[in-house]
Amino acid sequence: MKMLTNILSSVLRPRGAAGQRALAPFMTAVRGAGGNSTTEATFETRPYKLHRLEEPPLPSTTCTRDDALLYYRQMQIIRRLESASGNLYKEKAIRGFCHLYSGQEAICVGIRAALRSEDSVITAYRDHGWAYVMGCSVVGVMAELTGRSQGVARGKGGSMHMYAKNFFGGNGIVGAQVPVGAGVALANKYLGRKAICVSLYGDGAANQGQLFEAYNMAKLMNLPAVFICENNGYGMGTSVDRASASINYYTRGDYVPGIWIDGMDVLSVREALRYSIDYCTTGGPSGNGRGPLVLEVATYRYHGHSMSDPGTSYRTRDEIQEVRQTRDPYNALQGTYCWRRLGHCGGA
Amino acid sequence: MVGVLQKLSVAWRLGRQAVFRPVVQAGWQHVRNSSHFTYYPDTVPESHVIFGEDVGFGGVFRCTIGLQDKFGKDRVFNTPLCEQGIAGFAIGSAVGGATTIAEMQFADYIFPAFDQIVNEAAKYRYRSGNLFNCGKLTIRAPCGAVGHGGLYHSQSPEAYFSHTPGLKVVVPRGPIKAKGLLLSCIRDDNPCIFLEPKVLYRSAVEMVPTSDYTYPLSSADILLEGEDITLLGWGTQVHVLREVAELAREQLNVSCEVIDLVTILPWDQQTVCNSVKKTGRLIVAHEAPVTSGFGAEIAAAVQSECFLHLEAPVERVCGFDTPFPHIFEPFYLPDKWRCLSAVKKMMNY
Repeated sequence: MKMLTNILSSVLRPRGAAGQRALAPFMTAVRGAGGNSTTEATFETRPYKLHRLEEPPLPSTTCTRDDALLYYRQMQIIRRLESASGNLYKEKAIRGFCHLYSGQEAICVGIRAALRSEDSVITAYRDHGWAYVMGCSVVGVMAELTGRSQGVARGKGGSMHMYAKNFFGGNGIVGAQVPVGAGVALANKYLGRKAICVSLYGDGAANQGQLFEAYNMAKLMNLPAVFICENNGYGMGTSVDRASASINYYTRGDYVPGIWIDGMDVLSVREALRYSIDYCTTGGPSGNGRGPLVLEVATYRYHGHSMSDPGTSYRTRDEIQEVRQTRDPYNALQGTYCWRRLGHCGGA
Repeated sequence: MVGVLQKLSVAWRLGRQAVFRPVVQAGWQHVRNSSHFTYYPDTVPESHVIFGEDVGFGGVFRCTIGLQDKFGKDRVFNTPLCEQGIAGFAIGSAVGGATTIAEMQFADYIFPAFDQIVNEAAKYRYRSGNLFNCGKLTIRAPCGAVGHGGLYHSQSPEAYFSHTPGLKVVVPRGPIKAKGLLLSCIRDDNPCIFLEPKVLYRSAVEMVPTSDYTYPLSSADILLEGEDITLLGWGTQVHVLREVAELAREQLNVSCEVIDLVTILPWDQQTVCNSVKKTGRLIVAHEAPVTSGFGAEIAAAVQSECFLHLEAPVERVCGFDTPFPHIFEPFYLPDKWRCLSAVKKMMNY
């Protein structure tokens, strides 16, 4: 228990120079120093690519200071959570499998920012970040990872099986969650909830047959299902072009309309999901939605596939460093946040 | 140098011919005296192909290391992530005439392929009146508990496939048996599922002969002869039962006969029943859940065949009827204490 508390405090309390930089916006906002910060600003979203759609999501969006701080905090916590999990795994406090989400935080934070409380999410095994944004506490996640009864699944599931209200996991078998997500969308429609179900999967899973079965059923029955491919470029150690005949995953629904999104920008992701919610719950033949969508969110993972994969045998360290330095999701948010004067950053 | 001498001394002791040979030779051989179940396909220009997820670089358990370099990308190649596709593809390839060894990355992932295996592979010869068959098909999959696998990296699905006439299901207990059995499966005229207990990839180290050899399928091995009780298992469990036999001898003065079933389907009923007729007691142990695990079939057949010889009901020491747990694995497995406790109970029946 003491070990768990130590780990938790390291996750929740930033340390060192990076911590100071990270905290700077928080601190100046709290102190009220520097009078020229605004409470809301407008940002441009990154360009989208469309498949069988005429109207793109909005090219710009507004963000309040509070929201920006929230997204920033969430992404930071997820990043720390994943680092701590990696360290615990190396100490053998976490056994089994551990798939880290570092680098992809903007996706879960951005999507969650757009979702309403009645919407559902289902994903695969890279689910720690999702568990956190869908309501699991950091204690719950770490206790589950270490197999303790305070864990979100009472220690019975481990890393790959975390659940929360309207969060259907955490699934170990690649691709299996997608037809299940289509089924949740069916339940939403049948019970008149005006809610969507977001089903996430990776670029590796995109080649599973059951996904296409799910697309077909969702389109046939006009379900409020949003299928989202988190394309991080590699399925374990196999790059997308070695696994897929077509790497335009947002077009793979064929008759299902699709959108490609830059997944490193949290506001672009949020805006695309707002669009999707509107698409799936309004308009269409009965006014209850225009059917499913297939989204592809281009992202990157810094760690290997899992803790047993160093992640450098199929890609170069330079590539990873380059993404960290130029496209990191929370650096991007911090940069835009400061630039737009939603809050002061030291020296900005 | 020491390794070479060791190998040669083993060769003399075992009286085997030509154990130590240069690495490259026609036919099957083991790369080094390691614990990996590695193998080389025939260098004779036959049409062996190997495919599966990540087999190109060597596979997640390094079973196919070096094969792509040696035999080329058209014979050893990766597939995308699609087990049903892999199985269908493999069946077609085998029916078409290429000896095909398909890999499922983990036995837990074999279920999308279940329809292809059960409905297509197993029934091909029967439904076509022997016009076609996929006897050239072998599917390999790592199975079984590994200590930290959780729900989806620990399952033992042999019982599901044992329920399908037309297939053969084989589970080796170590490297020496693995090589011979795998060769037999590949050369067998029926589609075979070769389940490799993944914990043995690292923990089982044996001196494997480099020459070509096979073991007959459907032939159980009596590893230890005994008088009082028969202990039957396969794969990793065989090693547990050997320990149990030792403990039973020391603590209970009970003489156990330990049998490795080797082939699940078709299983060697003769050897098992002969043993039970001698000892009068049978324990079947397996990691898979107890209800409808393969122990159930064995128990039913044995009680039917050997009823009047039985001193006690057939006992099954198996995994519990739950999904394979994450943190509770040590309680779930049929470890030596549970098995020893069953021995005690049966001796006192």
